[in-house]
Amino acid sequence: MTVVEKTAPETAPGGAHRTPAPARPSFRHRLSRWDVKYSPYLYVAPFFLLFGLVGLFPLLYTAYVSLYDWKIGADDPGFIGFDNYVELLHDAQFWKSLANTLSIFVLSSGPQIVIAVLLAALLNMKLRGPTGWRVGVLLPYAASLVAIGIIFANLFGPKYGLVNGLFELLGLDRVDWQADRLSSHVAIALMVNWRWTGYNALIVLAAMQAIPKELNEAALVDGAGAVRRFFSVTLPLLRPTLVFVVITSTIGGLQIFTEPKLFDAMPGSNNGGSTNQFQTVTLYMFQSAFENFNLGYASAIAWVLFLLILVIALANFLITRRLTGNGGK
Amino acid sequence: MILAATVAATAALATACGGGDPSTPAAPGEKVELTLATFTEFGYEALIPEYEAAHPNIKITQRKTGQGGPYHQDLITKLAAGSGLADVAAVEEGHLSDILDKSSKFNDLSKIGPADAGPDRWLSWKYDAGKDKNGKVIGYGTDIGPLAMCYRKDMFAAAGLPTDPGAVKPLFATWDSYFDTGAQFVGKSGGKAWFDSAAQNFNAMVNQLDVGYLGTDDKLTIESNQGIRSAWDKVTAAVAKGESAKLTAFSNEWNSGFKQGAFATKVCPAWMLGVIKEQAGPENAGKWAVTAAFPGGGGNWGGSYLTVPTQSKHPKEAAELAAWLTAPEQQIKAFQAKGNFPSQTKALTDPTLLTKTDNYFGDTKIGELFAEQAKKVTKPQYKGPGDGQIQENVTSPALQAVEQGKSAADGWTQVVDGAKKITR
Repeated sequence: MTVVEKTAPETAPGGAHRTPAPARPSFRHRLSRWDVKYSPYLYVAPFFLLFGLVGLFPLLYTAYVSLYDWKIGADDPGFIGFDNYVELLHDAQFWKSLANTLSIFVLSSGPQIVIAVLLAALLNMKLRGPTGWRVGVLLPYAASLVAIGIIFANLFGPKYGLVNGLFELLGLDRVDWQADRLSSHVAIALMVNWRWTGYNALIVLAAMQAIPKELNEAALVDGAGAVRRFFSVTLPLLRPTLVFVVITSTIGGLQIFTEPKLFDAMPGSNNGGSTNQFQTVTLYMFQSAFENFNLGYASAIAWVLFLLILVIALANFLITRRLTGNGGK
Repeated sequence: MILAATVAATAALATACGGGDPSTPAAPGEKVELTLATFTEFGYEALIPEYEAAHPNIKITQRKTGQGGPYHQDLITKLAAGSGLADVAAVEEGHLSDILDKSSKFNDLSKIGPADAGPDRWLSWKYDAGKDKNGKVIGYGTDIGPLAMCYRKDMFAAAGLPTDPGAVKPLFATWDSYFDTGAQFVGKSGGKAWFDSAAQNFNAMVNQLDVGYLGTDDKLTIESNQGIRSAWDKVTAAVAKGESAKLTAFSNEWNSGFKQGAFATKVCPAWMLGVIKEQAGPENAGKWAVTAAFPGGGGNWGGSYLTVPTQSKHPKEAAELAAWLTAPEQQIKAFQAKGNFPSQTKALTDPTLLTKTDNYFGDTKIGELFAEQAKKVTKPQYKGPGDGQIQENVTSPALQAVEQGKSAADGWTQVVDGAKKITR
């Protein structure tokens, strides 16, 4: 404050030292000028302060910790440069968990978005009691994730699970949902899809309803069928929304944690199955930090995952733009 | 990234707070507030007011956590942070190796504790397991989990095996006789399983060895330790013969297994009786029995200690409270309240304990039975840092993998690689 007061006369319009000051700007005047100049920063400050505190600082501090041989409880963490990252690149368990994550991500996000768009198209038709249907598809999203995890883990129990019971009834072979790698990924992806499809469908539905009716009507007059209208009119206009949905589901999908943790038969285990067959990267990170107490290594995993999410989200952004791009504008 | 934030925040705490300042004993008459942290059920609820009444200047707050896993994670993190721990903190036997590794952060109870809480109060193996390598006493023993064998009488009868607790004892004399009888049982029962899961037996077998996963030099013994390898071979051979029900302990499927009668025998620490009763349910009352025998002698699974971290501002008062709570008279009350089996020699001859029966298990004198089993444990095995993790995250999953179809040889490679990674 004092600095501003001192310098204010010198930088006043006209230059205070050249011409004799016509009139020293009143306090009121200066106050209103500061208001215009600085207030906007003040208004946006809470966000940046909070972001700095809980977003940026942890991010940078994690990068800092990842350069140390940092164990919980050890008294003197030693600086080891990029050794944690080098070790990570040679860690077979990390690559396995990464492959698991990508597999579960593809199995969940892919079908999820396709079904969400189709579901939105259905909900967009003239239905009796539209609010009921819309709330209906959102209900799984409102259920507690942990409850869902426990119930699904029960349904997919290898010996006494309901799914295997049904399979047997239909004359199909029983599946060991936990032992088999791909089966476990399918089961976990189902859990994710059950929860998120309705949520994404509602977002897509909102975007669909914002599409002007005239466009569809014009296409109808031109003789386009329902399918053609969907692919040539609706889908291109959904592009910004789809980009949003794809990117949020990429970020969420690559950070899957609760579902595989609860899917494990061993309660509280972070192993992701007997041979880590469904351990995801976040689960491995959590295990490294809070079971092996190796914070440095866990931080390195966190950073690699962060960079990976950026790369995949960017790739998805470009792909989505290309796929829905032609014919739109 | 939320997790990354947690990691960073925890680490920040670790650097921000240094060690605690050396504390001074409270002046006589001064008000002292003590906190006591426990998990699951210790049976101390009624004892706390009793202690407060006898010590008017002491006020006790008990912090209870439902599950042991999160409790110990919290304990380790706060130990690293240098603040936030209770004055008296409970530690479970399975997590003791991690705690003994950080013994400098705990008070030596043999120095600051009252004179009557000496080594002769406890079973010697229980007392000795609470000491670090240099003989520093970290914790006062609370309860124990002496091992016996539980078995299904109806399934034994159907397979032509004896059912009387006295008559089945020879079957459970050694691990060889146990697994051989199992193979017979599988054949005669039309493929029913003998035990619940391989890891349950393997853990007990490894605990009976003179040297566990780590030697006293904290070096991994797994590649040279013939005992571990032989236990592995015996258990995996039994799995190959169809003796395992392949139910991971404490999973939902395992719980259902009790109801369904999926296996005929079960490694049975004293506290397991409660689990069996709850999971098998009233419809299976009288089918389960327990006998005072365990393959290879005796063993222990579970039980806890009360520690006084150096963070405590009133270590002397805290040690006095811990000593009082773990005295035989109090542990008998805890046994009556929650069934926690006492580890004090005097408590093991207490009539309340010896006359305790359980009609779910055919009116067996369970107090007397487990007191007998407790005396069969000879000495504690040294548990080096990472011991608990090797059991939970290496050998148990590897045995599960073998049960799911992996070959025993590949499973062993998984064990060796995993154990090396943890102790790296």
